[in-house]
Amino acid sequence: MSQHTLSVLVENRPGVLMRVTSLFARRNFNIHSLTVGPTERSEISRMTIVVDVESQPLEQVTKQLNKLVNVLKIVELEDESSVQRELLLVKVRADSSARGEVVDTVALFRANVVDVSPDAVTVEATGSPEKLAALLRVLEPFGIRELVQSGSVALARGGRAISDRALRSA
Amino acid sequence: MPNAQTTEGLPFDPLLPVESLTGAQSLIRSLEAVGVEVVFGIPGGAILPAYDPLMDSPHVRHILVRHEQGAGHAAEGYAVATGKVGVCMATSGPGATNLVTPIADANMDSVAMVAITGQVAAAAIGTDAFQEADITGITIPITKHNYLVTDPADIPRVISEAFHLAATGRPGPVLVDVAKSALTARTSFTWPTAVDLPGYRPVTRPHGKQVKEAARMIAAAERPVLYVGGGVVKADAAHELTALADLTGIPAVTTLMARGALPDSHPNNLGMPGMHGTVAAVTALQKSDLLITLGARFDDRVTGLLSSFAPDAKVIHADIDPAEIGKNRAVDVPIVGDAKLVIAELTTALAAEFERGRADIAPWVAQTHAWRETYPLGYADSDDGTVAPQHVISRIGAIAGPDAIYVAGVGQHQMWSAQFVKYEKPRTWLNSGGLGTMGYAVPAAMGAKVGMPDTVVWAIDGDGCFQMTNQELATCTLNRIPVKIAIINNSSLGMVRQWQTLFYSERYSNTDLNSGDHHGTHAAPIPDFVKLAEAYGCVGLRCDKPEDVDATIEKAMAINDVPVVVDFRVHRDAMVWPMVEAGVSNDAIQYARGMSPVWDREEEGDNESGPAKVIS
Repeated sequence: MSQHTLSVLVENRPGVLMRVTSLFARRNFNIHSLTVGPTERSEISRMTIVVDVESQPLEQVTKQLNKLVNVLKIVELEDESSVQRELLLVKVRADSSARGEVVDTVALFRANVVDVSPDAVTVEATGSPEKLAALLRVLEPFGIRELVQSGSVALARGGRAISDRALRSA
Repeated sequence: MPNAQTTEGLPFDPLLPVESLTGAQSLIRSLEAVGVEVVFGIPGGAILPAYDPLMDSPHVRHILVRHEQGAGHAAEGYAVATGKVGVCMATSGPGATNLVTPIADANMDSVAMVAITGQVAAAAIGTDAFQEADITGITIPITKHNYLVTDPADIPRVISEAFHLAATGRPGPVLVDVAKSALTARTSFTWPTAVDLPGYRPVTRPHGKQVKEAARMIAAAERPVLYVGGGVVKADAAHELTALADLTGIPAVTTLMARGALPDSHPNNLGMPGMHGTVAAVTALQKSDLLITLGARFDDRVTGLLSSFAPDAKVIHADIDPAEIGKNRAVDVPIVGDAKLVIAELTTALAAEFERGRADIAPWVAQTHAWRETYPLGYADSDDGTVAPQHVISRIGAIAGPDAIYVAGVGQHQMWSAQFVKYEKPRTWLNSGGLGTMGYAVPAAMGAKVGMPDTVVWAIDGDGCFQMTNQELATCTLNRIPVKIAIINNSSLGMVRQWQTLFYSERYSNTDLNSGDHHGTHAAPIPDFVKLAEAYGCVGLRCDKPEDVDATIEKAMAINDVPVVVDFRVHRDAMVWPMVEAGVSNDAIQYARGMSPVWDREEEGDNESGPAKVIS
């Protein structure tokens, strides 16, 4: 299994997320993560979908996605030519004796403490999946109470936008 | 008649704008504007407002069916027979869910269909209201696209888009679910002049470079085969296909969905490939060095064990749907485009390419013809005086001829109808290929007859299939739709029984229908199909002797004012041959039980062992 990141521009209409996820379920494609949100244009939403596939089925994924009437454009973002970020919120056990060490660790990763209580701190971190995994490894010995992680969002590097021609070239 | 009006006070011309009307009127206006001639449906609570203006429509005929599944298959039959978009209509909840089977069927077989369903009022959606079902959610995986309309102003645009989507590109079903509140609200009507679907741009014109590359490959091939699928029928490309076959002399196979795309009388037509295909068609694909795939999709019933399918062949794959190309089989030359344009351009390119030379395919063509002659389709008449089902079907085909339309259900009778009726024209063979929907034949034949009223339409059905949708006989009689229905009655779920014979040690679990000559627990056949036909106002005939088959068919052919149902009592142990067992290589084709062609001997030129007729 290899992972691929797809940026998918879709019409901002009710039910589009369901059409996409239903397609993945029906075609037996595996979604690793999926995020969706508004874009610079109100009529278009952008999904970032990380899929677990080999390269041959990836072509099937994009071709089947392209058949959805509400899908405007699909671009595969390669790791080296794109910026990919995930958001992590993690609640770490930290009483007064451990708090200093936790805060130091958080600073090393350029993460932020966003909530403090007598026995725990909540840390907010953004970064690549690798960076977040490294942060978690370091925080683990303190005791992780709970964590939540977003899927990836991604943009290609450079000055061009994939949505420029979406309404015409799709 | 510029000022002519309908009884509802709307302009007679449905393309003219209307300042104020109900959503229901806007819906019927939209159907009129898009050119709908006939709607198959049943009213109910949520769709009721639409049925009021429908009653007065001067343009649209509504045919009241007895079950929504019948409406859906009738719309399919109408669509396949005519090439137009078929339309069915149902109410919310169970009305809509009863359409699910025909919608899935149309999706698998790429049939242009628009299904219109009522939905509970917008304010009630999500409350588990009476007869509420999330039919757009349910049908997302089985439609080309679907819509939920809650704003009556959207109705003309949505209907216009729905018909465009259903009919263009790879055809398919589109469902439009309209909330009752949108039907009863007032709105205005303007028919859109164009559709605006930025995410939908089907490619119809093939890439010239790919066509040239395909032509080059064809000219170099020594064992090419035209692998012709249903897309050729959908694209109305039969004429172009014949020109291609004539120019190139390349042997062709026509899949279950493509029977009639190339005349069976064409010298290079090897017949149907696949699980129950001819030895010649199956073997030609297996031994080919180049598959010229036109509107076909490498279905598992054609390929058998995929990894062993046509192992030496390069593949040219032309399809309107890019997602089909490379889905099951890796492709050497992909061509995305409409089959009519692809085949025409390929023929032109080949004429030029052949000027520069061409590999000799004469030995290959001779070889395929030898297979065809050595292993023809055949069957044995039973020795106990009972009727062979294949005999009935081939006689219907011979007597009704190539101008008639043949509609099958699913099972043994379907395969025999694909094998033993000789098709000469496209759109004369209708069946449920992809989904395999039992019960397709009666309503689909009804829809075909509505679309082609001057054509003889024969449903060739099984006793199992017939009992799934036979209530539409009422619709046929009352609406003067004189279809002819041949029940190939072996008193069994025949294809399932065949598998039990072959793979389950002849343990016949729940395949005895007790509907014919072979009955188990109940002394008399249930039902009496002749009485059932008569109860529905049809003529009911019965035939249980081989010598009466022709006369019975002639009698049915002579009745053209009411539907005719013929109960052909046939013997039960007939099996469909040839057969490639599920999941094995096509190389293991058997032309009769336990009998496979002996390729090695034959390749040495010894054809004497081949039977003239195979044992059923």
